[in-house]
Amino acid sequence: MGQTLFDKIWDAHVVSSNEGFPDILYIDTHFIHEVTSPQAFDGLRTRGLPVFRPKQTVATADHNVPTIDQHLPIKEELSRYQVDMLTKNCKEFGIELYGLGHPFQGIVHVIGPELGITRPGGTYVCGDSHTSTHGAFGAIAFGIGTSQVEQVMATQCLLQSRPKRMKIEVNGKLHKGVGAKDIILYIIAQISAAGGTGYAVEYAGDTIRSLSMEGRMTICNMSIEMGARCGLIAPDDTTIEYVKGREFAPKGEDWDKAVAYWKTLYSDADAAFDELLSFKAEDIEPMITYGTNPGMGIGVTQHVPETSSFEAKEQGSYKKALEYMGLHDDETLLGKPIDYVFIGSCTNSRIEDLRQVAEFVKGKHKADNVTVWVVPGSKQVQEQAIREGLDKIFDAAGFPLREPGCSACLGMNEDKIPAGKYCVSTSNRNFEGRQGPNSRTFLASPLTAAASAITGVVTDIREFLKEEELV
Amino acid sequence: MATKIFKHIQTSVVPLPIENIDTDQIIPARFLKATTREGFGNNLFRDWRFDGDNNPKPDFVLNNSNFSGKILVAGKNFGCGSSREHAAWAIADYGFDAVVSSFFADIFKGNALNNGLLPVQVSDDFLKKIFDAVYADEHAVVEIDLVDQFIKIVATGEQETFEVNPYKKACMTNGYDDIDYILSKKELIKEFEGK
Repeated sequence: MGQTLFDKIWDAHVVSSNEGFPDILYIDTHFIHEVTSPQAFDGLRTRGLPVFRPKQTVATADHNVPTIDQHLPIKEELSRYQVDMLTKNCKEFGIELYGLGHPFQGIVHVIGPELGITRPGGTYVCGDSHTSTHGAFGAIAFGIGTSQVEQVMATQCLLQSRPKRMKIEVNGKLHKGVGAKDIILYIIAQISAAGGTGYAVEYAGDTIRSLSMEGRMTICNMSIEMGARCGLIAPDDTTIEYVKGREFAPKGEDWDKAVAYWKTLYSDADAAFDELLSFKAEDIEPMITYGTNPGMGIGVTQHVPETSSFEAKEQGSYKKALEYMGLHDDETLLGKPIDYVFIGSCTNSRIEDLRQVAEFVKGKHKADNVTVWVVPGSKQVQEQAIREGLDKIFDAAGFPLREPGCSACLGMNEDKIPAGKYCVSTSNRNFEGRQGPNSRTFLASPLTAAASAITGVVTDIREFLKEEELV
Repeated sequence: MATKIFKHIQTSVVPLPIENIDTDQIIPARFLKATTREGFGNNLFRDWRFDGDNNPKPDFVLNNSNFSGKILVAGKNFGCGSSREHAAWAIADYGFDAVVSSFFADIFKGNALNNGLLPVQVSDDFLKKIFDAVYADEHAVVEIDLVDQFIKIVATGEQETFEVNPYKKACMTNGYDDIDYILSKKELIKEFEGK
């Protein structure tokens, strides 16, 4: 019997496996940020322990940071304190910190890959559920709680039971205007926000294979939104090409050795999965969410489901969600006025996302009723965008390019959507209050977000593409 | 380090029959700025519990003095979303010892177990029975026994067994800690690194 990709990587990292105990899994790199680490550092102090492998620990400040005037002290006192605490802890425990002002600073799930720290076959954890992003390289990567952050700091290992394996195949040709974000929103809408719980999900099929690394990261990023432990995609030439030459990627002979190993990382043809799902690319429209969890998504031309279409015990929760969103049964979102557009977050803030949006908005201007924030995922993405002149295109369109951070994804820093306002957002969560108390989120792709910013209403990007073809 | 011990509880319950309760509802991100583990209970379910002017919302169950107890009973897929352990800290800090649901999100379940807060997964039917019992009599008592792995509605005697990882059960019933266990294998870790 062959092995799955997941099992190959897992087995290569098992330090000890004892009947009745979870495995002790070795972690190649531990990413940390300011929010979920302070209590773990305190735990180490209480125990009188050092960080076991500080050189395999990488820190950045992303959740609390403002996205304008980053050269000034953080205004909000508690945010400033938490970021200062990270600086102090990293210094005390000998950890490299890519903090504010550092050329490598950015959202933890953007900088790991772009620095060549995230590589095929590795194991990566972080006190952040979107760590699943790194699985796009053919790696095992998942989010952990703070007690586990302390565990990895103390031992470079994690006690972990092996999850079940699921394969999700997507095959066929995507329609114009449909991209990676639409694929993952579609999958989650099909299997629900809990459909992947207990599984490591491998994405496969020719549609997935045709995606860039940025697209694959968008897909794996949202694995957690269907409850999956992690998501991963077998490495191929696209992966290898992306990693090559990056700051911390292996060089010379080490590179050749690494590539030879990476080429063995795929699920064998006869590998057994606990669950197998298959979707057709042709069935996927530009997607948008209407509710308060990422499973509540529809094609942009479809209507919000009727409450009566749900089982009786689910109707209460469904009604609560629609009420929060200010929507009603059978409503269409197309043409609905919006207030904000947020392009950013660990889901969609990479250079490819920014290039795609810039190409679309060039020569257009945002609608008067909409405030637009474009937030790059890292300092490097920001600089690259400026080098390519994207900032000028954005400025002319009324889409100011800000500085890197988690921004309006989670309502923790200065960038919040006001109560009752609608935001078309390229982030990953539409939970109640996620973008600020009583904010209302429509999750969508960067193109759908950009098109909606131009018209001021929820828009089908394909309407623009039709017109542009006619010109 | 020794952690909190959990073996058995018998208490009234607090019903929250909503599905997909995510960790942003349990503790919104703007309250994650504390750098210690204490005090998160004050902001548990903050935006469901208080309005924009910090006045308690009378409709929310935690503001209804008829309901109290050490067990929170909630709809399926409890704890989905963010990995913030602050969610488990907030529930425990508020005074709950266990959460009962018909389905738990993965990371939340692990975080709860690491903090002496027992997640008890029951069938959809049994969850409904608990809700029915507590809405019929808000003082209805539920018993949870971790040693023998059962949950029981005391008044009716109806009960169900539940699953728990045997290692985590040993940790919770004895107050063992994951880090102490892994540290006892440090030589194996170094050996692994040398390969």
